[in-house]
Amino acid sequence: MSEPATNIGAKVAQFPRAAALAEKEPPFIRVEGVTKRFGSFTAVSSVNLEIRKGEIFSLLGGSGCGKTTLLRMLAGFEDPTEGRIFIDGQDMTDLPPYERPVNMMFQSYALFPHMTVEKNVAYGLKHMDMTASQRADRVREMLALVQLSDFSHRKPHQISGGQRQRVALARALAKQPKLLLLDEPLAALDKKLREATQFELMDIQDKTGTTFIVVTHDQEEAMTLSSRLAVMDKGRIMQTGTATEVYEYPNSKLVAGFIGSINFFDATIRGVRDEVATVDAPELGATVEARAIPGLTPGQQITLAIRPEKLTISRSKPEGPNAISGKVRDLAYFGKDSLYRIELPSGRVLSINSVNSRRVGENERVADWEDAVWLSFDPSSAILLKD
Amino acid sequence: MNRRPVFLITMLCFGFAFFYIPIISMMVYSFNGSRLATVWGGFSTKWYISLLSNRQVLKAVILSLEIAVLSATVATILGTMAGIAMARFKRFRGRTLFSGLVTAPLVMPEVITGIASLMLFILMAEYIGWPATRGFTTVTLAHITFSMVFVTTIVHSRLVQADEAIEEAAMDLGSRPWQVMKDITLPVISPAILSGWLLAFTISLDDVVITNFTTGPGTTTLPILIWSKVKLGVTPDINALATITVVIVGIGVFTAGWLLNRAEKRRELDIQLAYQANQ
Amino acid sequence: MSLSSRSASLRKWFNRRGWIKITIATPYIWLALFFLLPFVIVMAMSFATRTPTAPPFSFGGDYPVMNTDHYARLFSDDLYIRAYLNSIGNATFATLMCLLIGYPMALGLTRVSRSWRNVLLMLVILPFWTSFLLRVYAWMGLMGTNSWFNKLLTGAYNWIVPSDMALRYIPMMNTGFAVVLVTVYSYLPFMILPLYANLEKLDISLNEAAMDLGSKPFQVFRDVTLPLSVPGIIAGSLLVFIPASGELIIPSLVGSSSRPMIGRVISDEFASARDWPMASAVAVALLLLLVVPLMIYTYYDGKAHEKAQKEAT
Repeated sequence: MSEPATNIGAKVAQFPRAAALAEKEPPFIRVEGVTKRFGSFTAVSSVNLEIRKGEIFSLLGGSGCGKTTLLRMLAGFEDPTEGRIFIDGQDMTDLPPYERPVNMMFQSYALFPHMTVEKNVAYGLKHMDMTASQRADRVREMLALVQLSDFSHRKPHQISGGQRQRVALARALAKQPKLLLLDEPLAALDKKLREATQFELMDIQDKTGTTFIVVTHDQEEAMTLSSRLAVMDKGRIMQTGTATEVYEYPNSKLVAGFIGSINFFDATIRGVRDEVATVDAPELGATVEARAIPGLTPGQQITLAIRPEKLTISRSKPEGPNAISGKVRDLAYFGKDSLYRIELPSGRVLSINSVNSRRVGENERVADWEDAVWLSFDPSSAILLKD
Repeated sequence: MNRRPVFLITMLCFGFAFFYIPIISMMVYSFNGSRLATVWGGFSTKWYISLLSNRQVLKAVILSLEIAVLSATVATILGTMAGIAMARFKRFRGRTLFSGLVTAPLVMPEVITGIASLMLFILMAEYIGWPATRGFTTVTLAHITFSMVFVTTIVHSRLVQADEAIEEAAMDLGSRPWQVMKDITLPVISPAILSGWLLAFTISLDDVVITNFTTGPGTTTLPILIWSKVKLGVTPDINALATITVVIVGIGVFTAGWLLNRAEKRRELDIQLAYQANQ
Repeated sequence: MSLSSRSASLRKWFNRRGWIKITIATPYIWLALFFLLPFVIVMAMSFATRTPTAPPFSFGGDYPVMNTDHYARLFSDDLYIRAYLNSIGNATFATLMCLLIGYPMALGLTRVSRSWRNVLLMLVILPFWTSFLLRVYAWMGLMGTNSWFNKLLTGAYNWIVPSDMALRYIPMMNTGFAVVLVTVYSYLPFMILPLYANLEKLDISLNEAAMDLGSKPFQVFRDVTLPLSVPGIIAGSLLVFIPASGELIIPSLVGSSSRPMIGRVISDEFASARDWPMASAVAVALLLLLVVPLMIYTYYDGKAHEKAQKEAT
């Protein structure tokens, strides 16, 4: 059971420059109707994307969703079956990888094992019009940027995993590409290192101003790193937006379920008034209110979704419209918060996250095993999903 | 970026033409009616008939097979033991010499191994009296010695790849070292043992140089028979013999390859199904 | 009672350490007896004196303990020097040819689709399982003066050169060229297989990374694939060079008798001239020249490899 994502990601990802540029400039990278088929299998299906200069954009999805194939088409390792790719106004679709102003940080890092750290970083520069001393300066600058100046003469097998990751980053950035592609940049690192590296990546991005496209399967990583992200499934882009948009206003059951954890219920619309829909949810054992979405008609079948942290748990029946009774089946104490599993009279089990804002002892908590409790939520926190 | 590597494909075609044109030519000429081996004289199967009625050839085939089966079997047992010793027993007295002994025969020019073995056998006959004459026994001993190291190489590389933790798990579950060997290690390396046996068998069946040195009068294996004939030039019945060999080996190799391929595909399918069932 | 208790203690010994000792000692003793001992004999024999007895050697006599005449003859008789030069020259040339043909083939094998690759690999291995002798023999048929292959080549040759230089056939059999050609043919799989094993393991993303950093396909090959395939090149070259330099069958069947080769010299000294000490001296010199340096190299290479692996973890 993964811990539900908090809003920290959205808060950190306030990129002043990206946000400022976002509104004014035309898109820097344009993916137009790109489709990739391998035989009868469609890996990427008519994808359209617009990414602005200086953004960190994440492609988020499970394995086999097409995110890596899309990345490889941007790098030039795969030719799109249909569609075109533009970078900075130039059509890149037919250019081989070695002629694109795009560099990639590989998931395996793909460091050349027979070259030192320094030679790895310098490798791309030898195809550029530079003097030897300019080249040496750039390598030194890059190694300083990733704090590896002391390791320049080591071979890749003589440094740690985190250091290898930084060499790969320095090597990809050395040519000052217009676009940097990062394939699961943090996947091979352990949890502690991953968190530190996230911030380091953002820092480096801010310093260089390079546009980043990150492929990841880790939703927390995507939310922390990116200014905007796209959720992919089965070769299609399901939703594009900021972390907040995608988390708080998912447009489908799939996106809602992929980002963070959530409770789903089958429901029927009873009526809509003043942006608030009244919904029958037999599994909740109640009629509840939720923020309406456009195009609802009474009698319509719909999915009601509520995130665990949006639910409040109490011993007595709360005021307000959305009150549900249940019984504590299970609880898990995580320190900063607790997870409750509440069994409703209908037999459905519901997850609730409750922040432990007060310091209480073992026997003083809000609810204990087998206790009868009440749950409530704000109508604006309930999400209605059509599919 | 999926450009076809034209140069590499061309080289592959050229290489395979180089490999197979001589063999195919030889097979075609085995049906040559003419006695002159290189001049076409019409289609005929007479060389096959004369070959199959040649008692000398049949005797040589049987002798070669006997030696190959016997030497491959002993070589597999000894070679497997050596492979296990190299892969699993990290420290024992004389390990460096041992590792030299199991690799040296692989790179030793055959002529040297041949005369060295011959001198040994002559001196053994002189001073110990066994093996008294050179022939079946000495050839088999020599074949065992130089083919066992090939088995060792195969078994060793398989064992190095295998996860040692499964042996530790068996020991943890109460098996004694010998039982671990019997229940876990040997089954794990059984494909390697099988391919080792096949390799030893083929090497023995194919050997000319070492056999030539260690054999004695009356012990003529098939390669020695062919050797004595081809020294005199190209003859059509050797073409027929070669064709039969190539066809038998080809069928064997392709059947083995097909079976392996099928097993691999089935395993992949099983993994996929299991994965889907789990989702 | 004593029998059952003895068998019980035997079983106990076997279960404890006994089977380990048996596993090590059996192949050890076998190899010491049938491989190491013969080489000790060859070593000793190279210092013996040839006699017209049976077996045809003795120690002592005019030469107390060690007779180094045979080694002196290696340097004074130009037969031996020529034989070594011919053998090593042929083997070097054949190894280079194998590398030139085998490398692109091995690389090509890693680039074709998987189903094709399995079939083609089998086609590489197939000649390896058929008789070596018959493969040499196949070329004897092709190279003969009346063969279709020779006629084809002669036709091509005559078409290119002016008519006054025309040939009736191209002399191929019993030449140095024939030895190299057949050596390449016979040992090519030994070059392709280790190279393929090496190239197949290379991470394709390294090639992609180099290309991503601006290298064109040829530069990718030069900077990444080639340096990383050096172990495969060395392994393949050793597997071709060593047996090719001591080769006996190929020079005997298709070589020229006026160009001595070391394998034939050893064999002839031993069998025809019955000069065991001389044959042994030639063999020992070949060992010292080729095999020993290579074994030392492999030993240290293995050590370096282990060390690198230890550092990586």
